Amino acid sequence: MSGLIYFSSATNNTQRFVERLGLPATRIVKNTVATVPYVLIVPSYSDGEGRGAVAKPVIHFLNDPSNRALIRGVIGTGNLNFGIYFAQAGKIIAAKCQVPLLYKFELSGTDVDVARVRQGLDKFWTQQRSIAP
Amino acid sequence: MNVQATVRRPVTRAINWNRIQDETDLTVWNRLTSNFWLPEKVPLSNDIPSWQTLTAHERQLTIRVFTGLTMLDTVQASVGAVAMMPDVQSQHEEAVLTNIAFMESVHARSYSSIFSTLCSTQEIDEAFRWSEENVHLQKKANLILNEYQANDPLRRKVASVFLESFMFYSGFYLPMHWSSRAKLTNTADLIRLIIRDEAVHGYYVGYKLQRALEKVSETERQAVKDFAFSLMFELYEVEEAYTEELYDGVGLTEDVKKFLHYNANKALMNLGYEPLFPATATDVNPAILAALSPNSDENHDFFSGSGSSYVIGKAVATEDEDWDF
Repeated sequence: MSGLIYFSSATNNTQRFVERLGLPATRIVKNTVATVPYVLIVPSYSDGEGRGAVAKPVIHFLNDPSNRALIRGVIGTGNLNFGIYFAQAGKIIAAKCQVPLLYKFELSGTDVDVARVRQGLDKFWTQQRSIAP
Repeated sequence: MNVQATVRRPVTRAINWNRIQDETDLTVWNRLTSNFWLPEKVPLSNDIPSWQTLTAHERQLTIRVFTGLTMLDTVQASVGAVAMMPDVQSQHEEAVLTNIAFMESVHARSYSSIFSTLCSTQEIDEAFRWSEENVHLQKKANLILNEYQANDPLRRKVASVFLESFMFYSGFYLPMHWSSRAKLTNTADLIRLIIRDEAVHGYYVGYKLQRALEKVSETERQAVKDFAFSLMFELYEVEEAYTEELYDGVGLTEDVKKFLHYNANKALMNLGYEPLFPATATDVNPAILAALSPNSDENHDFFSGSGSSYVIGKAVATEDEDWDF
C-alpha cells in the first residue's frame, strides 16, 4: 500500500479535496513522518513574483531526508488567476525532489479532478511497482 | 460645565503587528503589499495600433465592458470593503480590508488610464452614461449593495466573495479574448494584475467567512449556505442577461457563459462550498485559459497522459535556505 500525504491551510480547500477522493491520507502537521512511498498534494501560496510558494510546514516536512526519500510524485493545487505561478509550489517541489508533477487543479477541485486523480494514482502506483527494484 | 470631559469612550488601541491573533491576516497583508502595482507600470500606449484594428462595434463593446468593471470596483472600494470593517475580528483584519479598499480604487482608476490612452472623451462619456442606464448592470450593483447595507456580517462576506470571484468575469473575458487574438496585449497584462488581486481578495474574505461560520450553530450555517446558493442563482440570472446583451452581437455569448460557470464554481469553493456547475458547462475555451496563464503548460502532466518525461525520485540534500519562502 502506498501513501498520500497532503498539506491544507486553514481554508481547508485541499482537505475537502482529499475527503472527496476517499483514499487514506495523512495531513502534514508538526513532525509528520512518512513511512511508505507517497504522493504529495500541495497548495501554492506564491506572490506575484512566484516567491513563497511552498508553505513552511511543507518545507519542514521535506527538509527531513527520510521524508524526502519516499516522495514519488507531487500534485499541485492553486488558482489559475495567478497565471504562470499557478500551482507553483507543486512545480518547485517536483523540480527540487526530481519527481513528476502528476497533476494540477484549482482550489478544492471539481468532480472531474477527483476522478482523474483517483484514476491517475491507481495507474501511477501500478507503474511504480512494475519498475521498482 | 465641560460636557466633553464626561463622554466615556472605550480604550483606543494601537495596532500591534507583533501580536497576531490570526496568522492569515499577516500572510495576506504580505501578499497584497508585495503584489502592489499601479497602472503607470503597464505601457498601455503600445496598444494604440491594435485598438485601431478593432471595429467600431468592438471598440464600443470593450469600453462598455470596462465601464461595467469600473463600476463594480467602485462599489467594492467605496462600500464593500468598508462595510465589512465593523465585522472584523482583529485590527489586522481591518488593516487588510483598508488595503483591499485601496487596491479596488487602483483597479477602478486603471480603467480610466486605459480609456484616456485609447478613447475619445465623447466615447468615454457615452460609456459612463450607458453604465448608469443599463438595467442589468444596475441590478448587479443593487443585489450586492442590498447585502452590504443589510445588517448581516455573514451574508455581507458571501456577497463580497461573489463580487470578487464571480461578477467581474463577464467583463474579464473580453480582454482575455482580445489577448488570445494578439490584440490589446498590454491592456491584458494590466487586467491580469487585477485578476490576480481579486483572487487574493476572494480567498481572504472566503476564509474569514469560514472562520465566522465555525462560531455559529449548524442551523445558521445551513441558512448562510442556502442564502449563498440562492444569491448565486439570482446573480447568475442577471449575469446571463448582461452577457447576452453585450456579447450576442459578436457571437461570444456561449463562450462567456462557460467562463461564468467556471468562475461561479471557484467563488463557491472560496466560501468552502461544493461547485454548482457540472464539467460539461465549465469547459472554458482553452484559448481563454491560456490567456489567463500565458507561457504555462496546463495540459502537460502525468495523469493527463503526457508524462513521458518523468524521472524516478532521488534524494537531493536540501536545507531550509534552499527553499524560497
